[in-house]
Amino acid sequence: MSHSILDMRHVTKRYPGVLALDDVSISFRAGEAHAIVGENGAGKSTFIKSITGAITPDDGEILIGGEVVTDNSTQQSLARGIAAIYQEFSLVPHLSVASNIFFGRYPKRRGVIDEVALVEKSREILGELGVTIDPRVEVAQLSVGYQQLVEIARALSRDPRVLIMDEPSAPLTDAEMVHLCTVIERLKARNVAIIYISHRLNEVFRVCEQVSVLRDGRLIRSMATHETNEEELIRLMVDREVSDLYPNRRSHPGEVRLEVQGLSTEVVSDVSFKVRAGEILGLAGLVGAGRTEVARAVFGADRKTEGQILVDGEPRVIGSPRQAVAAGIGLIPEDRKAQGLLMNLDIADNSVFASMGKVARSGVIEKRRLAEAVTSIADALRVKAPSIFTNVKGLSGGNQQKVVLAKWLLTDCRIIFFDEPTRGIDVGAKQEIYELMRQLADEGAAIVMISSELPELLGMADRIIVMHEGRITGELSSAEATPEKVMGLASRSVVPDNNTKEEMVHE
Amino acid sequence: MSRLRSLDIGKYGIVLALVILIVFFALLAPSFLSVNNVLNILRQVSIVGICTVGMTFVILTGGIDLSVGSILGVCAVVGAILMSSGLPVWLSVLAVIAVGAVTGLLNAFLISEVDIAPIIATLGVMTALRGVAYILTEGLPVYGLPAEFNLLGQGYFLGIPVPVFFLAAAFVVGWFLLSKTTFGRTVYGIGGNLEATRLSGLSVRRATYRIYVLAGTLYAVAALILLSRANSGQPKAGTGYEMDIITACVLGGISVAGGQGRITGVIYGVLIMGVLTNGMVLMNVNEYWQWVVKGTVLLAAVAIDRLSRKRSKTAAMG
Repeated sequence: MSHSILDMRHVTKRYPGVLALDDVSISFRAGEAHAIVGENGAGKSTFIKSITGAITPDDGEILIGGEVVTDNSTQQSLARGIAAIYQEFSLVPHLSVASNIFFGRYPKRRGVIDEVALVEKSREILGELGVTIDPRVEVAQLSVGYQQLVEIARALSRDPRVLIMDEPSAPLTDAEMVHLCTVIERLKARNVAIIYISHRLNEVFRVCEQVSVLRDGRLIRSMATHETNEEELIRLMVDREVSDLYPNRRSHPGEVRLEVQGLSTEVVSDVSFKVRAGEILGLAGLVGAGRTEVARAVFGADRKTEGQILVDGEPRVIGSPRQAVAAGIGLIPEDRKAQGLLMNLDIADNSVFASMGKVARSGVIEKRRLAEAVTSIADALRVKAPSIFTNVKGLSGGNQQKVVLAKWLLTDCRIIFFDEPTRGIDVGAKQEIYELMRQLADEGAAIVMISSELPELLGMADRIIVMHEGRITGELSSAEATPEKVMGLASRSVVPDNNTKEEMVHE
Repeated sequence: MSRLRSLDIGKYGIVLALVILIVFFALLAPSFLSVNNVLNILRQVSIVGICTVGMTFVILTGGIDLSVGSILGVCAVVGAILMSSGLPVWLSVLAVIAVGAVTGLLNAFLISEVDIAPIIATLGVMTALRGVAYILTEGLPVYGLPAEFNLLGQGYFLGIPVPVFFLAAAFVVGWFLLSKTTFGRTVYGIGGNLEATRLSGLSVRRATYRIYVLAGTLYAVAALILLSRANSGQPKAGTGYEMDIITACVLGGISVAGGQGRITGVIYGVLIMGVLTNGMVLMNVNEYWQWVVKGTVLLAAVAIDRLSRKRSKTAAMG
């Protein structure tokens, strides 16, 4: 066993209000694959960014080949032999494979790109990976799996000592995954240290020798993969106490308010569920599982390829958000600033934006009615601002979220999707949002809550539906839901036992 | 707080620029401040000014309308042909307004249904419609307008040129729609955050149609004044007007990024362009240099917009 090639020592990174990394020390050895696992928000990407120099840690040391690095930056880390491939490809689609592999570092002869050498060298690298792609082919013509391999080839062309792979398998089919495993074995044989980030725990055991678990920015444990198992990893990843942050469940679910039958889009397949008045339904799953897509499709923001929506038992055609609003559905989107608010406008204008007709007569807004409506809702939600005519730009995250909520409450919607409702807001405001959600449910609203924070979902939801890769993999009542069960359903593809619906999905 | 202050600087900045220009020309060209010349400036800016109201709506949504000059040309030519052929003036006027509305409809269709970026859609329409203006007239001016039609562009009411009343009316309508109606909020919404607007259940498509049809209608009104002042239908009428119109909007604080700016500021933008043109003519600045000056003014206005934006961003972060 060789000694370590990259050492992260006591790395700490603070963001306003959050300790993203708290004294994390991990060593990576040449010729080994080392997995970093953890929930969303555990600090994985901050950790990776500290290695690549995309961010500078507030504290701690980075040692490459035993030497302390003081001036880390993305260029410096590349020069020192640290390469990374990310979930989102950085390929230029309409250039050839060869041009992509050597992008920006083309072999030249007399100042002109040496096409022959370019293709030759590319073929060499692809050969090392055991891949037979014609380097002259345009990248756009390759399947996602092959594009992934081009991405790896590009990283390899820099002859790296450390290769970071961030969710490399996310877009791959099973067959492509087998190929990726072979490639990783070859890389190990070349003495490359691999840092492997994946939500799929079975891969971690297939590919990696070492695994480190992060939780809330702290390193929980580093160990050899043969010393542990999936169940233990899940427990280490999610083990947290559910505090009394959450309001008591008092729900006595009433009539079915929203029913979704066989909903399919480009991303999700055959999703069906019901939400009752007075109920909070949690949608759990990893990033990319299709939870947001379900909400957007029901809301008419994305196109449905199949499926039916029933509101209060009546089938409704919802092809646009406009029709959703008319059907009494609201959506608090996951990205407040990009999708929820008009940053140039004030609290009043934002609050009435989805219900302007109610404070207007023949299209002319009546300022007095507007002010009355907004004042009462802003008071009820305890929006903290000098006045309702304060611009939303300067408000805190919690208050901005309340304005988005106010917008929907003023539409009198009875079905509300909350997509990551507490993302980026402080604990006090979180608690207020939780209470408001519960209060709305008690008043008869049907609520669907999407959250990547498992404790919050477990604390709030009356029932949890778990999704994985666009499908529902299970449903848990609040009594049976445990972090382990949810994570188990979220990270493993459940083998479908009754395949009747499967046939309807055309590939 | 700092955001408020920088906005105020922007607001007074344009007034200050106007005052400086007026003082400058008043000192160099004595006839500049005469009652006659002031009324003259107002009359001169009315055509561009009416169009800026339509353009303001378009730019507020993050779009741009390059076809305005060609729409002016086609409307003027159609009006001239109809009137010279003996059609009653009122009927011709209605027909011209319909032509303006239809061209706006065409722009909206291309942008909304075919999903072409506004700059490209209106560029295509601009070129095609200019061709139409030449085809309709076979490239020659159309004369023989009825005498009573002169009143619109050349007449006075209560000692003030008639076009100025239309200019004022256009701004009042624009101000009312933008600040008092649900339609106006939607316009700001589309330019400020298209996705949030859509997710709030508002119809972006419907608003797009309204905006471009409104703009086309206003251009038609401006075209009628242009026609009346020229007293003939020129196929090249309105050529290059998009430049003055867009510049006036941007000077007036309408952000080309969309969603930001007040139409009251555009009045100052229009006046600055008018004063600049008039003053340079009085000073016998040759036309080529006038172009250089106007282009520079546009770039300076955008540069100030960008820089103040950057500054307010850093202020918000700090």
